[in-house]
Amino acid sequence: MDVKRVKDYLYWLYYQYQLVTCSYVLEPWEQSMFHTITVTVLAMVVYTAYVFVPIHVRLALQFFSQIFGPQPEEPSSITNRH
Amino acid sequence: ILCDECGCFCIRRHTHGCGLSQRVSKDRSSKPVNKISAACINHIVHNGGLYKRPFNEAFEETPMLVAVLTYVGYGVLTLFGYLRDFMRQWKIEKCQNATEREEQKDFVPLYQDFENFYNRNLYMRIRDSWNRPICSVPGAKVDMMERVSHDYNWTFTYTGRVIKDIINMGSYNYLGFAQKTGACQEAAAKVLSQYGAGVCSTRQEMGNLDKHEELEKLVARFLGVESAMAYGMGFATNSMNIPALVGKGCLILSDELNHASLVLGARLSGATIRIFKHNNMQSLEKLLKDAIVHGQPRTRRPWKKILILVEGIYSMEGSIVRLPEVIALKKKYKSYLYLDEAHSIGALGPSGRGVVDYFGLNPEDVDVMMGTFTKSFGAAGGYIGGKKELIDYLRTYSHSAAYATSMSPPVVEQIITSVKCIMGEDGTTIGRARVQQLAENTRYFRRRLKEMGFIIYGNEDSPVVPLMLYMPAKIGAFGREMLKRNIGVVVVGFPATPIIESRARFCLSAAHTKEMLDTALKEINEVGDLLQLKYSRRRLVPLLDRPFDETTYEETED
Ligand SMILES: Cc1ncc(COP(=O)(O)O)c(C=O)c1O
Repeated sequence: MDVKRVKDYLYWLYYQYQLVTCSYVLEPWEQSMFHTITVTVLAMVVYTAYVFVPIHVRLALQFFSQIFGPQPEEPSSITNRH
Repeated sequence: ILCDECGCFCIRRHTHGCGLSQRVSKDRSSKPVNKISAACINHIVHNGGLYKRPFNEAFEETPMLVAVLTYVGYGVLTLFGYLRDFMRQWKIEKCQNATEREEQKDFVPLYQDFENFYNRNLYMRIRDSWNRPICSVPGAKVDMMERVSHDYNWTFTYTGRVIKDIINMGSYNYLGFAQKTGACQEAAAKVLSQYGAGVCSTRQEMGNLDKHEELEKLVARFLGVESAMAYGMGFATNSMNIPALVGKGCLILSDELNHASLVLGARLSGATIRIFKHNNMQSLEKLLKDAIVHGQPRTRRPWKKILILVEGIYSMEGSIVRLPEVIALKKKYKSYLYLDEAHSIGALGPSGRGVVDYFGLNPEDVDVMMGTFTKSFGAAGGYIGGKKELIDYLRTYSHSAAYATSMSPPVVEQIITSVKCIMGEDGTTIGRARVQQLAENTRYFRRRLKEMGFIIYGNEDSPVVPLMLYMPAKIGAFGREMLKRNIGVVVVGFPATPIIESRARFCLSAAHTKEMLDTALKEINEVGDLLQLKYSRRRLVPLLDRPFDETTYEETED
């Protein structure tokens, strides 16, 4: 029962995706091409995000903690932290 | 001024569905006196004092997200269009569309413009929702021939099956006179055996029959004008008579959404054409003022004539012309008014006499009353009504009076019987009942669609109901899904509408029963959920593009 609901929902989502991107009116080979492209692009975006976002977040955190965090008394303490 | 009652923006005056106009005070603390709060979100009325009845017309703004997604869809389709064009050019796939012949190859390309690209690569994909062949009378229900395409809509083959009893929401059959039985059909058949199918001659030569004169007298009486003239084709009535009325040195002020026939007529006339914003009286008044003040360009001579071209009901927007204001402006600036009642005649007004009747105005105030018999009367042809001098002039000078063959007598008889029926001269109240039924159906259908959350354009009394679809894939999907559920609808896209404002257009008819409308509404609701069409956030276009100065309509006596 629940599996069917989930399946229906997924199918509905797929239908909406088709309608919005107009792949609904594409011919089958165009559809597969379009889906391949979207999936590839999405996968690349996710992978890039996975690889680079943590680094950027860490750098950003460091940067902001330097600005807003407690001011170090002596300049040498910055290097001491590492 | 933000109206504190319903939250909409309005410029000066405001009626709240009660016919009484009231000033919304600039001081927001003083509440309007008569308060009718229910369902008055969408009422924007300017110069409410000129109207005898509430004028509720709304055009909801396109939600931003929807607009963006629509462009995304068009972007995808355009990219694939280029890909396919590329493949056709390099003979990777078979080219099915029209191309230049071998010996034309080095000349100017014929099929490169945007419209051809659109037809080839976008329209072709959803073409099955258009031009569907029918095989019965297009009344409230219609039979359709089933067809399939094995090459993605380039060609169709008939399966030989007939899809029976589709609820017809697409015909301009406002009063339900498209019938194959009944008084009109009997009368037309009798005239056919008496007069034959037609006379192959023009009215000015040997084609003038007593039936034609009877029709013209009847139409003049129906419209409440001095004289009228009938033509065999509505489109030609516009495009051939406007050139007879105005010419070089004259100015035409035309609504931006006027029908192609009016546009063609205006262009053929050779007069200067200026376009005002759709149903926007500030824009019209500005153009009129400029025309009077500046005269013709360069020479600065006054314009010979100024003709305002408007339609009664705009068939793509479902809006009704602001006729009281147009007439007031016309009188103030002493110009002429040409009113095309193609969709409104028969369909509006307590006695079915069009917009003039709807607003309770005097038909004499409209200089040229044009209309067609194609819609409400279930026939063919067009008419022009007005002063006797005008009609006599047109009889001699209009191209379609001089060169067109006269109307076919059975068609004339169909018009005569249906007009008499509407006027109640056949001794029954059927006509009156149909006009009322149509008005009821219209209100009911529009109210229900609005409640469901669709974006509906136009006036609440207009029997043309555009439902916004926006995205190109949804045009095709809506047409197909509705046909699957046995409802015939008309979907409209570019070039008939702006590219993102694709829509489905329902035309109500007096022949629709409540059960049919309920069935149709149930299915529309279902498809609306399936396709996510319920875009409405019940917010109004603030109309901020209108200038915030007041239009004044003081009568100028001559
Ligand atoms: C406003 C308007 N004028 C004129 C016409 C042309 O009438 P007919 O179809 O009778 O030629 C139409 C028809 O679609 C119309 O909508």
